[in-house]
Amino acid sequence: MIGLGHYLVLSALLFGIGSIGFLTRRNMLIQLISIEVMLNAVNLTFVAFNRWNPQNQTGQLFAFFVIAVAAAEAAVGLAIVISLYRLKKSVHSDEANALKH
Amino acid sequence: MSGIAIFFFWALSIVALLAAFGAIASQTPIRSALSLLTTILALAAIYISLYAHLLGAVQLIVYAGAVVVLFVFVIMLIGPTTEPSKPLATGLIAPVLSICVMAGVSLSIAAAVGSVSPELPTLEGCANGVPECGQFGGVRAIAGVLYKSAAVPFELVSILLLVAILGAIAVARGRTIGEAQKKKAAAAELAPSSAE
Repeated sequence: MIGLGHYLVLSALLFGIGSIGFLTRRNMLIQLISIEVMLNAVNLTFVAFNRWNPQNQTGQLFAFFVIAVAAAEAAVGLAIVISLYRLKKSVHSDEANALKH
Repeated sequence: MSGIAIFFFWALSIVALLAAFGAIASQTPIRSALSLLTTILALAAIYISLYAHLLGAVQLIVYAGAVVVLFVFVIMLIGPTTEPSKPLATGLIAPVLSICVMAGVSLSIAAAVGSVSPELPTLEGCANGVPECGQFGGVRAIAGVLYKSAAVPFELVSILLLVAILGAIAVARGRTIGEAQKKKAAAAELAPSSAE
């Protein structure tokens, strides 16, 4: 029997994997991909809770807004990556120190 | 829940977890993007198995159709020489520590919520075992709740996307050739006067 807990465990593990990727990798593209994995994990939580509370569609509604915000975030993040690459010829996030001092 | 549904859940979960791990562990960004695509496909299938049909379709269209394509475009634009070839020798403690902390947090959350198993509620308007059930996550149900109870946030999201488009263009746009020549000409004009 697959219960709500199974979906929550899957979501927690996906979020953990995404956050580990964001914290340990230094390639900004892979960091952005890790953020997408984390957002997908959150969406899975919303949809699973919504399935177990089917009298309204609020969870799916929140998942829609999260998807929209994720699309906007990917567009702006990738634009920043392109701009940084033009400046530094690298997407290594340790070299992004233009605002350091 | 029937046996085949349980099998699909486990198969899709394993695919999603392995692909997510591949997305963060692979050395080249293009493999990472394709692993992200696999995770997204598996999660879309899980959404459909949770009767969120429209959300699964949106996941496929927006993530697999737009976001991953945008990632692949940018990776191709930047080129394969993005990963520094030198190994990350300095600061080995911080990655190991962050792996331990985040793995501990996620595993403790998983252990805490893993035993949560309320009874699966039946869906209104869904016959038992019929997968084509439009009352819960179909277009009509989602559109009703979206335009009735969340119309203002919906319009605000359109403004957000507009601002994101403008911001992305403004940030990613390089100087055009005309502007670059104009700036170079201005610099060449300034240089001899300052030298004298």
